[in-house]
Amino acid sequence: MKKTTLLQKIINAPYLLWSALFIIAPMIMVIYYAFTDSAGNPTFDNIMQIGDYASTFMLSISYGAVATVICLIIAYPFAYFLAQSGVSFQRMSVMLVMLPMWMSFLIRTYSWLTILGESGVLNRIFGLVGLGPFHMLNTGAAVILGMVYNYLPYMILPIYTVMAKMDNSLVEAAQDLGSSKLHCLRRVIIPLSVPGIASGITMVFVPSVSTFYITQKLGGGQITLIGDVIEAQFQSAYNYNLGAALSLVLMVMILICLGVLNYFTDSDDDGGVVI
Amino acid sequence: MKNNPVIIDLKNISVSFDNQKILNNINLYIRDGEFITLLGPSGCGKTTTLRIIAGFLQQDSGDVIFEGKNINGVPAYKRQVNTIFQRYALFPHLNVYENIAFGLRLKKMKEKDIQQKVKEMLALVNLSGFGSRKIDSLSGGQQQRVAIARALAVEPRVVLLDEPLGALDLKLRKDMQVELKNIQQKLGITFIYVTHDQEEALSMSDTVVVMNNGEIQQIGTPLDVYNEPKNAFVADFIGESNILDGIMHEDFSVEFSSISFKCVDKGFKKDEPVDVVIRPEDIDVVAPDMGMLKGEVTSVTFKGVHYEIIVDIDGFKWMIQTTQKSEVGDVIGISIKPDEMHIMKKSEYSGLYGDYSSFSDEFDELSET
Repeated sequence: MKKTTLLQKIINAPYLLWSALFIIAPMIMVIYYAFTDSAGNPTFDNIMQIGDYASTFMLSISYGAVATVICLIIAYPFAYFLAQSGVSFQRMSVMLVMLPMWMSFLIRTYSWLTILGESGVLNRIFGLVGLGPFHMLNTGAAVILGMVYNYLPYMILPIYTVMAKMDNSLVEAAQDLGSSKLHCLRRVIIPLSVPGIASGITMVFVPSVSTFYITQKLGGGQITLIGDVIEAQFQSAYNYNLGAALSLVLMVMILICLGVLNYFTDSDDDGGVVI
Repeated sequence: MKNNPVIIDLKNISVSFDNQKILNNINLYIRDGEFITLLGPSGCGKTTTLRIIAGFLQQDSGDVIFEGKNINGVPAYKRQVNTIFQRYALFPHLNVYENIAFGLRLKKMKEKDIQQKVKEMLALVNLSGFGSRKIDSLSGGQQQRVAIARALAVEPRVVLLDEPLGALDLKLRKDMQVELKNIQQKLGITFIYVTHDQEEALSMSDTVVVMNNGEIQQIGTPLDVYNEPKNAFVADFIGESNILDGIMHEDFSVEFSSISFKCVDKGFKKDEPVDVVIRPEDIDVVAPDMGMLKGEVTSVTFKGVHYEIIVDIDGFKWMIQTTQKSEVGDVIGISIKPDEMHIMKKSEYSGLYGDYSSFSDEFDELSET
């Protein structure tokens, strides 16, 4: 370990300040609010109320899990074929995958309203062939769709990165030893892409579990996830203490989920994407 | 060896990438149990040839025959050949044991037999007790041994080695050369070895195949290709050579540097222009008036075993390796025995090699890597 010089300290200072101001301080405030009442007296009442929201927590985690699994099912083959294809096609495809991210998340979600609505684009198309109208908006499926649509790139990119970096001679070595394409995928390619899968799951699962905007727009208030409850505590009920307590519990639950994930995918491989 | 049956026969193999010919009509047969080396500079097509035999690459035209059967289009995983890769290509997510067992499991062997085989292989490559080690905890040399064990465990008929020692340091490389050769002789398996290192090729092989520009330049025993190079490229690539323009006046008489000398070659047309190859170590340094030719020393380099001196004789720079010390500026004579002059027919490579006027060790090393 080298000693940090004064110059290094000066260079590091802004980042430390940033972390302190925008990561550590808010965390402390969340913890403070979670364990105090509106008068500022210490209390466990907020945490004790969490039991009332147990089903909402479970629903959020289920929705997040379903969206994550769907993202993985779509992203993995896509990333695999992308990594196999020509360089210029790869570059263009990665661009296209990232392109929606240049647009506001709010607008992207909002635009689904006009696609899925009762008189939306899809129902009009169905109407032309004498079908529908279908009730698509304000359903659980619409919420899942919104999650998958918005977070899919975060699943594709880390998996693609790991696959693109994978040494092709490993695949050749497997084939050389008698491994068929399917066997090679199962025994070599998938195990080696685990770090990318783990990153992707984290990056899709965490925002899916805690989202409130997607449920509000595409769920139309029919589906209430924990993100909506927390938002309501801050925006309409003005119960910062309960909101903070819910956030804290959500954070702990996500950490436990990721801990379990890491336990199963733990390999000190250097192919991973650090997040 | 000479009477062993042919195991692999390449017939008229050609390959192009992006309209560039990588292999041009390769014909080569390999006998069972042979240690054969494909030798040539980078880009000569040696690795491409290996990949075609392995089944990683399909030739545009020509046939790959394995024990009399055409195996064009047979995928890599169905071929009885195994590759040892340049960068080892060990599976980083598996330990040493599982790497070696990988191919055995695919053969649906019993767990007990797999255990036995892996143990045997680890002993063969001197890594007994390393089974549970992780791949990234091994040194380069150890990884190479695991790669060898993994390829040999499945008992291939032919092992393909793609510059397997290229990433090792010199000392380790020399040790591994001996070890590989011992393993090959012990198991009696055919080895097809790719390298750009001529010394490696000469010391390990039964047969050397010299390649350049996607074509085979010469096939022969190490002794043959060294002593009887077919053209200026081979003469220059394998060892050091002085290659002079000459004229074969008649049998046993060749003229170069404007003087006629006795030689041991025959069978050329009268006054046929030829290339004359003289190895630097075959030249004796003598007193100026005692020599067949004389010239001025322009450079002297101490090489340990010998001095490497460059002598200017009538404008042609000769390289001489001798244990006698000279100084730059000395005028010396040189003497060459008739059987040390090797006469070659003119080829497309004539005039390109074998003159040391722009000689530099550093450049030579750079161009090899």
